[in-house]
Amino acid sequence: MNRATLLALQVLVAVVVVGLWHVLTSVPIFGTVLLPPFFFSRPSDVAMRIWQWFADGSVWKHLWITLTESVLAFVIGSLGGALVGFWFARKPLVAAVFDPYVKMVNALPRVVLAPIFALWLGLGIWSKVALGITLVFFVVFFNVYQGVKEVSPTVLANGRMLGMSERQLMRHVYWPSALSWMFSSLHTSVGFAVVGAVVGEYLGSAAGLGYLIQQAEGVFDVAGVFAGMAVLAAFVIVIDIGVSMVERRLLVWRPATPDTHG
Amino acid sequence: MQETAANGAAREAAAGPRGDGLGGEGRGVESGSADRPCAVRLTDLDITFRLADRSTFTAVRNASLALADGEFVAIVGPTGCGKSTLLNASAGLLTPAAGSVEIFGAPLAGLNRQAGYLFQADALFPWKTAVENVAIGLEIAGTRTAEARERAKTWLGRVGLATFADRYPHMLSGGQRKRVALAQVLIRDPKILLMDEPFGPLDAQTRQIMGNLLLDLWSSDRKGVLFVTHDLEEAIALADRVVIMSAGPAARIIGDWTIPLARPRDIAEIKLDKAFHDLHREIWAVLREEVMKGYIQTGGAE
Repeated sequence: MNRATLLALQVLVAVVVVGLWHVLTSVPIFGTVLLPPFFFSRPSDVAMRIWQWFADGSVWKHLWITLTESVLAFVIGSLGGALVGFWFARKPLVAAVFDPYVKMVNALPRVVLAPIFALWLGLGIWSKVALGITLVFFVVFFNVYQGVKEVSPTVLANGRMLGMSERQLMRHVYWPSALSWMFSSLHTSVGFAVVGAVVGEYLGSAAGLGYLIQQAEGVFDVAGVFAGMAVLAAFVIVIDIGVSMVERRLLVWRPATPDTHG
Repeated sequence: MQETAANGAAREAAAGPRGDGLGGEGRGVESGSADRPCAVRLTDLDITFRLADRSTFTAVRNASLALADGEFVAIVGPTGCGKSTLLNASAGLLTPAAGSVEIFGAPLAGLNRQAGYLFQADALFPWKTAVENVAIGLEIAGTRTAEARERAKTWLGRVGLATFADRYPHMLSGGQRKRVALAQVLIRDPKILLMDEPFGPLDAQTRQIMGNLLLDLWSSDRKGVLFVTHDLEEAIALADRVVIMSAGPAARIIGDWTIPLARPRDIAEIKLDKAFHDLHREIWAVLREEVMKGYIQTGGAE
């Protein structure tokens, strides 16, 4: 299938869904409107709302807050995950001691931590960053751990035979291998950073996209909720395109593989 | 047995416990002078592995082998006989359970810093380009990056890959990757070359080309080479000496032939030589039995 046809079909899906939504919420069928606009809003109302937000510029502040929280959560979580993953992989004893606790914390639904973080760090951005970190950390941690563990023994032996010291092995063999695993999970970890930020905002904050959605919901403003969701979706897609571009640059040495949005 | 003094001791040690008469087939070594120590000398080597169920598996028993400096020795044996473990012991990648490994007369402790190792499997760093892969051996030894890259490019030219310097390993064919690996090892100018079925995964034509390339590079400065292979023809075509191992477990060295074919050789042409055929027939008579044993032991899995 060529690009133009694919794009046409992708647009068609959007047109059909929005069209159906519009018809079902606006045009009476057999005398009744099947989806009452009070609960389902209308595409035109949602579009109007988004237009309004951007026209008066009020949405930029919220986007900026969410972006800041996501980036902070991603950077801190990735750094922590990479360092600890590396450390655990090189020191099997440490890994063995902490293993049950890592599993326990990872199994915990992170939402339950949100109130604790709000208590500790207040309603500002840091409680959201903390929630994002708890999500990002484990994704990166597991991938880096695996990456260091699964270095090809032949490549490792080759490094040794070429005269590499432990430090040089670290720099030329373990680290690139771990990074490649980490980058292959970049989409997941960036996504989690945004999830952490938005969920945190939703549960208690004064700004951000999550706050916007939560406020609209509080006054049964369904158009506002949908508008918030639409802006959030666009926000995530833009970030995802950015991640794809970074990924393509960093992983040039890897053969093209089927998508690994692990 | 007519042997030079340099190899005498090790060979006698090998002949003693062997006692199966096959040692008589060996005709000694002409290369290697009496006053210089052997590049590699393995004496009464036992190599064992601990298995998952805590029992031990003896891969190699009582193996003795001497590689003179500048000599090209091929080790041939059936699959799974422990040929590679002899190589790994010489490299210091594994420690023998018994026996001694001496490199240029000094006992080996830790890794063998004087050896270059060409692996059977892909061992290039996938995240480095061809030229970076070749240069790394110099860079970690402290050569400036620019100079290391220059010399790496020269080496890539020598193995016929001058125009592929910026490709990553996955963009190269199997034969090209082997060439890069060869340059990566040789650029460090190791005193000894250890090669573990390096051309095993390649197709027949590429193997011939690689064999000639190897002989070409080797003839310029004649390092000691231990070359492991399961291909007897390849072994005879390349080596000064061919050593035969029995089927494992507890594999032993059961034969040692000098290959008196003249150098320089062309691998494709030498296989048409009558002397080549005679040697091949003679060695194969011994090897065939072991190959069949090995085949039955592995259940014909390979």
